[in-house]
Amino acid sequence: MVESILVLTHADETGYSLTKGSLEAVRAGKELAQQLGAQLTIGIIAIDASAAAKSVLGSRARVLCVSGEAFATARYATDAAACEALSKAAQATMILAPQSSRMARVAAGVAQRIGGAVDTHITSIGVEGGFKVSRWFYRQRIEAVITRAARPWILLIEGGVYAAIAGEQADVAVEPLAVELPKIRTSVTGTRAPALDAQTIRPDAKMLFVAGAGWTKKQPDGQIHAAEAGDLILGFLQTTGASLGSSKSLVDQGGDGQPVLPFLTHMNQVGQTGSTPRHPKGLATCCHGEEPHVVGWRFIAERRAISLDPNCGWARGKADVVYIADAFKVMAKVNELLNLKA
Amino acid sequence: MPLHIVVCAGIVPDPLQTLEPITGPNGPALKNEMMLPGVLDPWAASALYEAANLVAKNPGSKLWLVSLGPKAKLQQVMMTIAQKVSFELVAVDSPSGGFADAQATAVALADAISAIPGLDRTRLLLFGGWESASRGAGVTLQIIGERLGITDQFMGVDQVEVREDGSFEVLERVEGGKHQVSACEGAPAVLGWATGNLPEPRNNPQIGMANMRTVLPALQKARQVSLAEAGLEYLSAGLPSQQRQTRVVKDMAPEAIALELAQWIGAE
Repeated sequence: MVESILVLTHADETGYSLTKGSLEAVRAGKELAQQLGAQLTIGIIAIDASAAAKSVLGSRARVLCVSGEAFATARYATDAAACEALSKAAQATMILAPQSSRMARVAAGVAQRIGGAVDTHITSIGVEGGFKVSRWFYRQRIEAVITRAARPWILLIEGGVYAAIAGEQADVAVEPLAVELPKIRTSVTGTRAPALDAQTIRPDAKMLFVAGAGWTKKQPDGQIHAAEAGDLILGFLQTTGASLGSSKSLVDQGGDGQPVLPFLTHMNQVGQTGSTPRHPKGLATCCHGEEPHVVGWRFIAERRAISLDPNCGWARGKADVVYIADAFKVMAKVNELLNLKA
Repeated sequence: MPLHIVVCAGIVPDPLQTLEPITGPNGPALKNEMMLPGVLDPWAASALYEAANLVAKNPGSKLWLVSLGPKAKLQQVMMTIAQKVSFELVAVDSPSGGFADAQATAVALADAISAIPGLDRTRLLLFGGWESASRGAGVTLQIIGERLGITDQFMGVDQVEVREDGSFEVLERVEGGKHQVSACEGAPAVLGWATGNLPEPRNNPQIGMANMRTVLPALQKARQVSLAEAGLEYLSAGLPSQQRQTRVVKDMAPEAIALELAQWIGAE
């Protein structure tokens, strides 16, 4: 079958540039088109898609744009209509898109509308011996390679799998596309985020710091030192710019009326019921390295842990180094050293 | 305003269980899958607790729990879940699991929802987890929504505030630890929940006894469904082979550990 590839992209918060994930998806589409000898089309959704199209200059692809105020923000009704229109206009058999919250919200709905199939969280694409993709099942515990006969086939590609394409100096011909919008019943009123200095989730950080429930347990003096734990953790985050993750048990303690670290929310959770962030390094403190937790570390390259338990799951081939020590004492010294260097 | 809330929730293996993939007659499966203790999918469970909270706040509202899975598994999990919140069960007897096709699952669930007697689609809020702990694709709810003609959909939901006129404000997770805030005119809508804000309710035997009057008949009359594969083919499925050579450091002073860590953190 001769494939035709569409890459669905969208603008970032400025509205005039494509997101990093979109540029990674364009790279994937470009490489795939070369490997398969397929035609490449890039679809752009933005308030001003022709401005955003400058991000893909030199990709030597047909560029279809959906522009307008209705597409300035992510919303199911408008984004699904835009993706549906782009997919039909491109007549693509393969549709690639970034695994962003915006595309993840609509991809399956669009697949349903165009009579196609959809797979998400794609971590690799291969063409040798037939077209196939990899993704994880059971929250990063089992990896599978799949293929489908159904077309069009929508694939959402995880961040970091491909390098973002860099724009070149070249002309790009943009084809605007009109979209018939359904009745709009939802208005996006903005975003809500913690104050800048209180934001502890930093996707671009070089390090993930994970705090476990041990931070709010009784210490050798028989007392709980939640306030001291909070100071140590926040001090470390401030000095290093690390992103903060947490085990479910520590976040859940708030609901059970136990001592809590007030800056933690469910959004900090990593693992089976949380996120699976991507950072070059990760440091786990006061938490067990059991499988449901470690699945959140699947994409952390270098891993170290501080634990009082020498039989902790981290020691069973999951971390590079496990320090059997009191995290309160170690992190206090780490903060001192890092502050001296700063 | 009375709401009709339908929560779609699957059964997944208890997260503490070791999972080992095997090749079955219909593709990959989990070793001893039927023997593994099951739990309600965690994010879908959040949706159920949030739904029960909304029903309690909006008199006259109704809550259905629609669950697809092998009947024996459903029965096992319902024994626990039925003690937490009041609901009416709609059971679909079918093989399930992470390797089943989401499209086929969505079709079966949409058919089951369409057949619920007394369900007012103009008041329908379709709840579920934004992703499952098995397939983790985050696509089933969207497809159900499309099949039911619902074009207001929200994913990664952590909070919903329903106003007196039925309109609501919804917070969805977006990148960078932020929430997108949207205002919707009201039902019908699809809400794929993340964690929400409510703790897991404690078991209440009285709720359990009341629920069991409807849960057991629902299990008995659960419609059997076989899931079509829709051209999905598994070429391989396995555990990640990567095993690290862990260096376990004992008897090192905190100062020395801190120095080693500080050097590691500072290294490029």
